[in-house]
Amino acid sequence: MDWAALTVSLELAAIVAGVLLVLGTPLAYWLAFSDWRWKFLVDAAVALPLVLPPTVLGFYVLLAIGSRSPIGRAWTTLTGHSLAFTFEALVAASILYSLPFAVQPIATAFSQVDRTLLEASATLGASRWRTFSRVVLPLSVEGVIAGGVLSFAHTLGEFGVVLMVGGNLPGITRTVSISIYDDVQGMRFEAANETALVLLIFSFAVLAAVYALLRKPRSLATIA
Amino acid sequence: MKLIASVRKQLGPSFTLDVALSLEPGITMLFGASGSGKTTLLRALAGLLTPDAGSITIGERVVFSVVPPINIPAEHRGVGYVFQQLALFPHMTVADNIGYGLGDVDPAVRRQQVLAIAESFQIGHLLSRRPRDVSGGERQRAALARSLVLNPTLLLLDEPLSALDHSTQSRIIDDLRRWNAAHDIPIVYVTHAHREVFALGARVLVMDQGRIVADGSPADVMDAPAREPIANIAGFENLFSAIIVARRPDAGTMLCRLAQMGTELEVPLAHMNTDSSVRLAIRAGDILLATEEPRGLSARNVLRGTLVAIRREGPTVVVDVDARDRFVVHLTPSAADVLGLVAGKSVWLVIKTYSCRVVSA
Repeated sequence: MDWAALTVSLELAAIVAGVLLVLGTPLAYWLAFSDWRWKFLVDAAVALPLVLPPTVLGFYVLLAIGSRSPIGRAWTTLTGHSLAFTFEALVAASILYSLPFAVQPIATAFSQVDRTLLEASATLGASRWRTFSRVVLPLSVEGVIAGGVLSFAHTLGEFGVVLMVGGNLPGITRTVSISIYDDVQGMRFEAANETALVLLIFSFAVLAAVYALLRKPRSLATIA
Repeated sequence: MKLIASVRKQLGPSFTLDVALSLEPGITMLFGASGSGKTTLLRALAGLLTPDAGSITIGERVVFSVVPPINIPAEHRGVGYVFQQLALFPHMTVADNIGYGLGDVDPAVRRQQVLAIAESFQIGHLLSRRPRDVSGGERQRAALARSLVLNPTLLLLDEPLSALDHSTQSRIIDDLRRWNAAHDIPIVYVTHAHREVFALGARVLVMDQGRIVADGSPADVMDAPAREPIANIAGFENLFSAIIVARRPDAGTMLCRLAQMGTELEVPLAHMNTDSSVRLAIRAGDILLATEEPRGLSARNVLRGTLVAIRREGPTVVVDVDARDRFVVHLTPSAADVLGLVAGKSVWLVIKTYSCRVVSA
């Protein structure tokens, strides 16, 4: 059992889910409430990772962070080392890759909030921020939790993007899925089986916990 | 406090809200069928919808005008709005709903204000409940209290009591009247129920097709014996003052002479005496238009005239005809094409007796 790989995976998934909740919520709010006529283009861009092969996404991320791109050069100037094949590169790529898994459930939840409640809030003198924090967000808790958990689980299970962008450095960029792949390639089926089973059980437990929570929307609203 | 407003708003190709009103403190009923523009007007007053033109002044404060450009957003307008669906926040207690608009005031002050308004609306004992756990009437009271605790300068009620039984309704209205005795703000009460207008209104505005078509006491503008309610002829494009010149009970008709130019029209018999002043209403779509003199018709009213103007309004062709008195006729575009209508052309108008509606003036 490759515990180092599991640690890398969990750390990566937690950071990505956290960042996506912070970045994805305002984006979801905009997608849910904006009247901009070209909004569908943004919708499509956000959904792209759902259909693109991870290798395509990974390839472009590699190009973007390589030493020839402005981003890559700026990173090198700032930190003294290149971005490619680092944990930070994995985080960046995974955020892009899991974006729709966070944004779509949150945006759906936001857009299902009764608009009359938002208008009522405005006529009661509440600012947009107050309306968001006191009305929209509490009534969308399920969607936000779903977005966080799905992006966490999706990052935990990713393979192609990690391989393209992170390489396979033990303890740094070797995630569970790559460890399993390595073990299978090296005919270490027992080790592969152990790690795969842990990942399977863990993923199922997380999803089961979320679905159990979502079954009782009232208790969730109370928590919020 | 007084509300003075004129609001014009085009919504889609065929609906325009176009009203001007001036309201004193107290309850004014806004009556009309669904789709007549009542809610649109309320939304414009509350700042939830931006008019194309007009101005809105509450008390001394201009909250909307085109020149100079002023458009105070809903959250700063100080207008109370009780929605038809109430829009109580389902995840908050009644107390949190009522205190929502108070914002960041001291918690003790907030508690005290919430309790005071809740008690004056008889829901002081329900403050810790959720909206779904109280009755419809109590929800209504909570929604009213939530708006009134902010001391609005204008209160808009969009069919707030239509789902309640009569006695609950009148008790809530009594509480609202008592509250307003101390605050003296204009209250606009939207309804499409005749009964509510008579029960509540000192003054009623009747809306139809985006316009205010009648304004007065309920008895003046709503139904009364031997009269057709003015509200029923709201939206008729042709409205004339006329005098009954002859009654023909055996034919079931009366002859009316239009006050302006003296055109005579045969109309259905009504319980009115000769020489009574009446209002005649004819829908523009009920008038037939011919380019040659029609013969062998059952219709009693055939008027010769001249086409004055023709224009397109959405899917309708609108024709103005001078047949001594002025008539507005609506046609379909294809009918207008076939007839080859142009200004100056001689035309005949055909109006069936039963297309004429008579209201005592």
